[in-house]
Amino acid sequence: MEETDEIVQEFLVESHENLDQLDRDLVQLEREPGSRELLASVFRTIHTIKGTSGFLAFHRLESVAHVGENLLARLRDGRLVMTPATTDALLAMVDTVRELLTSIEAHGIEGSVAVDAVVARIQRVLDGDALVTEAVLEAPPEPCVEVPVVEPEPALVPAPVAAAAPARPVADADESPAARRGAADASIRVDVELLDVLMRQVGELVLTGNQIVRQASLGNDLELTRASQRLNLIASELQEGVMKTRLQSIDHLWSKLPRVVRDLGAQCGRRVRLEMVGRETELDRTLLEAVKDPLTHLVRNAVDHGLEAPEERIAAGKSPEGLLTLKAYHEGGQVVIEVTDDGAGIDPGRIAAKALEKGLRRADQLAQMGTAEILQLVFAPGFSTAAAVTNVSGRGVGMDVVKTNIESIGGTIEVESVLGTGTTCRLRIPLTLAIVASLTIECAGDRYAIPQVNLLELVALDTDKAATLIEDVGGAQVYRLRGQLLPLVRLTDVLGVASDRHDGHLVIAVLQAEGRRFGLLVDRVLNTEEIVVKPLSTRLKAIGAYSGATILGNGQVALILDVQALARRALRSEVAERAAEVERPAARTGEQHRVLLAGIGEGRRVAVPLSMVTRLEQIPASRVERVGAREVVQYRGAILPLLRLNQHLGAYGATDREQLLVVVYTSQGRSVAMVVDEVVDIVEASSASRSDIDDHGLLGSAVIRDRIIELLDVRAAILAADPLFFSRELDGRTHSEALV
Amino acid sequence: MSAQLATFTLGDRLYGVGVERVQEVLRAQARTRIPLAPPAIAGLVNLRGQVLTAIDLRERLGLPPRPEGEEPMVVVIRVASEPVSLLVDTIGAVIDVDSETFEQPPDTLAGPSRELLLGAYKLPGRLLLALDVDRAVAV
Repeated sequence: MEETDEIVQEFLVESHENLDQLDRDLVQLEREPGSRELLASVFRTIHTIKGTSGFLAFHRLESVAHVGENLLARLRDGRLVMTPATTDALLAMVDTVRELLTSIEAHGIEGSVAVDAVVARIQRVLDGDALVTEAVLEAPPEPCVEVPVVEPEPALVPAPVAAAAPARPVADADESPAARRGAADASIRVDVELLDVLMRQVGELVLTGNQIVRQASLGNDLELTRASQRLNLIASELQEGVMKTRLQSIDHLWSKLPRVVRDLGAQCGRRVRLEMVGRETELDRTLLEAVKDPLTHLVRNAVDHGLEAPEERIAAGKSPEGLLTLKAYHEGGQVVIEVTDDGAGIDPGRIAAKALEKGLRRADQLAQMGTAEILQLVFAPGFSTAAAVTNVSGRGVGMDVVKTNIESIGGTIEVESVLGTGTTCRLRIPLTLAIVASLTIECAGDRYAIPQVNLLELVALDTDKAATLIEDVGGAQVYRLRGQLLPLVRLTDVLGVASDRHDGHLVIAVLQAEGRRFGLLVDRVLNTEEIVVKPLSTRLKAIGAYSGATILGNGQVALILDVQALARRALRSEVAERAAEVERPAARTGEQHRVLLAGIGEGRRVAVPLSMVTRLEQIPASRVERVGAREVVQYRGAILPLLRLNQHLGAYGATDREQLLVVVYTSQGRSVAMVVDEVVDIVEASSASRSDIDDHGLLGSAVIRDRIIELLDVRAAILAADPLFFSRELDGRTHSEALV
Repeated sequence: MSAQLATFTLGDRLYGVGVERVQEVLRAQARTRIPLAPPAIAGLVNLRGQVLTAIDLRERLGLPPRPEGEEPMVVVIRVASEPVSLLVDTIGAVIDVDSETFEQPPDTLAGPSRELLLGAYKLPGRLLLALDVDRAVAV
């Protein structure tokens, strides 16, 4: 009895693999209807299933496979030509076979899976043919006599190729079906759990090896030291080897996609050509499993939303057939998977409008975001760009679920799009879950690991710089990283511990999680290393600060920081809010007058209230265009009027720069840009030292840091650039102008 | 009915857990503290490459903290999911107890101990308090 079960189990595993191959072959066959090699492969697979199911007394399965085999025999012999109807019938057969196998797997019997409809459907295709050729129907029990019958054997032989090879029905000498199935001959099946156990034990071995090396290096036994180092080396190699056994090529996932794309394309009225690059790219099978659903979702999305209907494509001057490219490759210890379509692309304007409409972001927040950043909003919870809800995608969940799933395995996702040319979704997945590259840091005397995948860069500030470059925005600390404000989070504050570093040096780990950047202030950065991730008990995970633990080289346990959770914990509370309100802190607090100091040439400096600074941007001078007497640039799909502050204020700054540095102010959806020579600093402007000595365009002057600074009349400057700027704000003197 | 309890002390009290639940007994090891964790979780320890959660039984049972300078002993307990290490004061012998001598906790017992004790075995001249291990580790 047990033996039979084993045979059935073997049969199921093998058949599932064969069916995946079958799906691929059938779709391929539709493109190359004449390919005898493909037909042979399909025929062989069905024949094997038929034979084995007969032997194991799965009669429904046998009858479905049998009639399918008849159809395939005709096709192979050239008595019938592949048509979409034939393919549909055959795919329907594959689905039924799969259903039957599932039922057998679950209950051990075929159950009540209906087979008659499919049998009848295929029979109809066969009959249609019979009218013309009067060929044999299935009168004799085995119509395809030219096939050597090797019935029970396949089930008993573990490797599918070994079983299929004797059944090779076609005389073509040059085809090599065995090669098509890869190196299955030389492989065995191993229980995944066994591999997991091995993986764990090898991990321990490596760590123990490390400990022995350290102990040995303390003493002066040269032999022992040498032996321990050799042990360590072997253990590392062993670890690598075991890890490799868990790797599977991404083709395991991709093999299902041609079918998905074909069916979906037919359903949505799209013509799609699917190209796959890097099928052989390998990654850990657990990860492969975890990537499956997100990837399928992205592919469906690309076909449904990304690619246009053939007519639209022709109108846009493209080939009517859309191109969907899947690409996988290794890069920097990660696997990158790209899903690219050459469709209509994503309109950032529409995304922004949608985000506003759904209340995901405020208008002023959107105004501060770059195009790339806006595109990532498609991953925000509750966002769906589909104008109509279809049953294919666009249910409003989806992209955010994709993102959550990818992030839960330590991966990242981003989207790039060029309007009219196409969209690329890029997944970055760690090679394996068990070992991650990480940065070890110290905080309050304890060591923590930060996964490298979240780390963008490190910034170290000595005492002097730390004092001046860490700025305060309404109580929240920020650091200006290349012109952009980076909210800072002190790890000691988050964890509620006391720092042991008092020399004023600061180290900022610039981290990214859930599309947000923030700087984590830590005491010290120690090193980067590969760590073996140990799971934490649920009650420790529930704290929402740690994703796991690891054992460092010295045997000490270190917690792995959960950057996503930290970001949620620290940013969603006040820090993010306060950072977002950077454009109007003065309006809120009243007594604070923080100004941006900018040089405008001839050594003159003007102060712009920080409340009137939405963003600092660099714009290539070549992009400046003219509208009448005014200079403008195209900026996020709108026309941005440009005001050269030096000309406005009668200075002669350098005008021949390649990059223009501009201060952008945005309000109520309108923006103006003021060109300055350089941004000097952000300082506290006390009103005490003000004077009312002024000139055209100025509100007065003040002494700041022993220099005379001209206070810009921003309102006048803005009006000089855009006379209608404030016309829509007249009734609502809400915030900033009250200050000017 | 008799049972074997592995015993240990906390302050001047004697506690016991079923000997079959005890994986091993160790001297105190370096612990990694876990900021933000409940106070009864004393940190993480490295047991031959396995990361275990350490639970301070004194804290758990509402007893005063261990005096400065006294190193705890560690009892590694098998719980359904994973081993857990319990910090105790000293380790005692394995004692055979008779269920005849067992009594429920007195009604006057209040506080965290009430939840975590199964009852007491009346040994000659001393009470052996039977710890409910599964509850004790469920911090």
